[in-house]
Amino acid sequence: MIPELGNFALTLAAVLALGGAGMGLTAPRDDVLQRAAMSMVFGQWAFSFIAFAALVYAFVADDFSVAYVANQSNTLLPWYYKVSAAWGGHEGSFLLWILIMGCWMVAFSLRSSQYPAHFTTRVLGILSLLNLGFICFALFTSNPFLRLIPLTPADGADLNPLLQDFGLIVHPPLLYAGYVGLAIPFALAVAALMEGRVDATWARWCRTWTNMAWAMLTCGIALGSWWAYYELGWGGWWFWDPVENASFMPWLAATALVHSLSVTENRGTFKSWTLLLAITAFSFSLLGAFIVRSGVLTSVHSFAVDPERGMYILIFLALVVGGSLALYAARAGQSRAKVGYGLLSREFFMLINNVILVVSLAVVLWGTLAPIGYEALTGARISIGTPFFNAFFVPLGLLLLGALAFLPVLNWKRTRVEVLTGVYQAMGISGVFGVSIWFLLDPASIVVASAVALAVWVVLTHAKQLYLRLRRGRPPAAFWGMTIAHLGFAMGTLGIAVTATQSIESDVRMTPQSSVELAGQQVTFTGVIDVLGPNYGAQQGIFILTEADGSNAYELRPEKRQYFAGGNVMTEAGIAAGFFADTYISLGEPLEGGAWAVRLHYKPLVRWVWIGALLMALGGVLAVFDKRYARQRRKIPVAEPDVVAA
Amino acid sequence: MSRVSLYIPLGVFAVIMGLGYIGFDLGARDELPSALINKPFPEFSARLLEDPDRAITRADLLGRPAMVNVWATWCPTCLSEHEELMRIARDTDIVIVGVNYKDRPAKALQWLAQYGNPYDWVLDDRDGLLGIEMGVYGAPETFLLNAAGEVVYKRVGDVNPRIWRDELEPRFRQLGVTQSATPESQNSP
Repeated sequence: MIPELGNFALTLAAVLALGGAGMGLTAPRDDVLQRAAMSMVFGQWAFSFIAFAALVYAFVADDFSVAYVANQSNTLLPWYYKVSAAWGGHEGSFLLWILIMGCWMVAFSLRSSQYPAHFTTRVLGILSLLNLGFICFALFTSNPFLRLIPLTPADGADLNPLLQDFGLIVHPPLLYAGYVGLAIPFALAVAALMEGRVDATWARWCRTWTNMAWAMLTCGIALGSWWAYYELGWGGWWFWDPVENASFMPWLAATALVHSLSVTENRGTFKSWTLLLAITAFSFSLLGAFIVRSGVLTSVHSFAVDPERGMYILIFLALVVGGSLALYAARAGQSRAKVGYGLLSREFFMLINNVILVVSLAVVLWGTLAPIGYEALTGARISIGTPFFNAFFVPLGLLLLGALAFLPVLNWKRTRVEVLTGVYQAMGISGVFGVSIWFLLDPASIVVASAVALAVWVVLTHAKQLYLRLRRGRPPAAFWGMTIAHLGFAMGTLGIAVTATQSIESDVRMTPQSSVELAGQQVTFTGVIDVLGPNYGAQQGIFILTEADGSNAYELRPEKRQYFAGGNVMTEAGIAAGFFADTYISLGEPLEGGAWAVRLHYKPLVRWVWIGALLMALGGVLAVFDKRYARQRRKIPVAEPDVVAA
Repeated sequence: MSRVSLYIPLGVFAVIMGLGYIGFDLGARDELPSALINKPFPEFSARLLEDPDRAITRADLLGRPAMVNVWATWCPTCLSEHEELMRIARDTDIVIVGVNYKDRPAKALQWLAQYGNPYDWVLDDRDGLLGIEMGVYGAPETFLLNAAGEVVYKRVGDVNPRIWRDELEPRFRQLGVTQSATPESQNSP
């Protein structure tokens, strides 16, 4: 009964989405229809919520007559994994997507007093139309409420043990919040194209939403990477696989958009470019959904492939992206502004930033799609791996860091050459630092040394500017946001460079009570015990980690788990997390004589990758709290020469 | 930016969509490409999983239509299609032969004990040699043979109620396999 209620609620949400789209797009200036469209947005959210709650209920109540529940859950699962299993598979995760879409639409409605009523209505109409597409996709091709009657299994097949983890509880909602959140800048851009109005005020509206969505996407990706690190047991945190690329591409586009919006808001230029990026960022969210869900790139290892789903998404993508790009081609040229700027200006460096990000995007897109093209032409399968991506991302990342070091001293329009003195001084200091790192490193790596030097350079120039600003009084939130995000980027890049090249990995055979040395630490293997989890049995290795002199004992307990329901064997790594380095142990196979194969990792600065990403996200959110976004809308945007944009 | 350049993104998108369509087409190409379609199933001799002393050859597959299903315990999609195979085994008279592909026999037997065994025979192909003969490039794959031992259809990916309804059942009916009355195999809400 409850699942049928969920299905019914979802159908009602589809009807309201249709109504909202119709009213929002056809009569945005009619007062009654405006209010009707907005109440329909609230209705879409409410009914999506009921549908989602019904699904969660089916999981918690172990209703295995629902096919999706039978595939994803099991009576032995702890209750919190039963709840999170609701979005552990395709159908449920799409329902979550719809619920999050509803949340963003409601959030936009709640702030509607900031925008002209007809503009709000148009945006809500566009969002409702998108939501209609999503809901129909769920209803017709991936309905989570389908029953298995009369063939109801006695127990469910169990949630994939990889997904029985805290990371899975929070990773998809955050990631989806980022993906779907990009629908708002998209809708704002399409509405602006329809109304023929793109100006600094529009950019200011758009920035709040873009920054929030971007921050969530950043957190979601970082969390996914952290999850892969501790759960997959290989010690890696980024694999350039198509699913990761699918989330990285919208992130790159959104990052470019965050910066380009700042130029449009402050200088009224880059307008067409900003519109294009807003459309692009959301298009890549959809493309990501297509890649992950349609089975184009994933194989038999992923969700069972269903061509109907892929075809639906492909057609939806063609309509949404093709339609908006056609509108862009027809209308974007109208809003051109002739604003000049010099080479040594904030605009020009934003342009550099955008070019680097868009080139990166093209590289990832190529790396993701080229295997398909190759297969289409030759029939053979190839895979494009880490070396391809590294070949591009190492120089691009370093270039971006280098450009970033200049940013704090640059003004809009033009900058006097004299102010660069401080930047050059900082460059000298960090250069010396980099060279000394180069001598200290073993093995010596020019890439790491330059990454360290450039990161230090960025930190120095930003710190100096922060110091100067603090002396002149409280800097605005946007300045804090920008500084923190940029420091986060420097920190993340540093972490990537160091951990990618300086990590130590060794596979050893250890007998109980023996020890080995790992990066100056003593690792002692005490033995293996059997433990029982809620739905698995495990062999748990006990390792004692000490400094060379025997101090600072730390215990690590990596596990090999056998899950009862599916019989899957999973490796659960033991990690001693530290700010400067992680020690990571995973238990391999038992060998003869009570010995075990053990894999030891020492990963310096690996945490910095995620801390850097979180700082970036924090910066993005902080910037939203700048005073100018809280104010009621003004007729003429005042671009204070001093306003610093994140 | 000139007017024409505004159309560049649309053009780029069209190219990407074209690629996506081709890729999708490749992904959805379940029946093809098999060099074996309308050709005789290859000669082989394989041991039975449950009874390693007994070998099965191509001759054993002749005389009536049969469905050959390649599966493994390491393949999650095989588990997801398993329910449908169980249903086919229960509701029809079709001979289902399992090829346990690149797997460990002990694990495979445990798997069958746990989830049920829809197969009339399970062939042990732990080294994947039979798989190579059959042109298998992953699991699950399902081959449909006529009484003369010729491959009339191949499915790459899972056998689900939709595939059964649209692809397998009509072909079996054509081949003259009788089946007991099936309940509606779709799970409609």
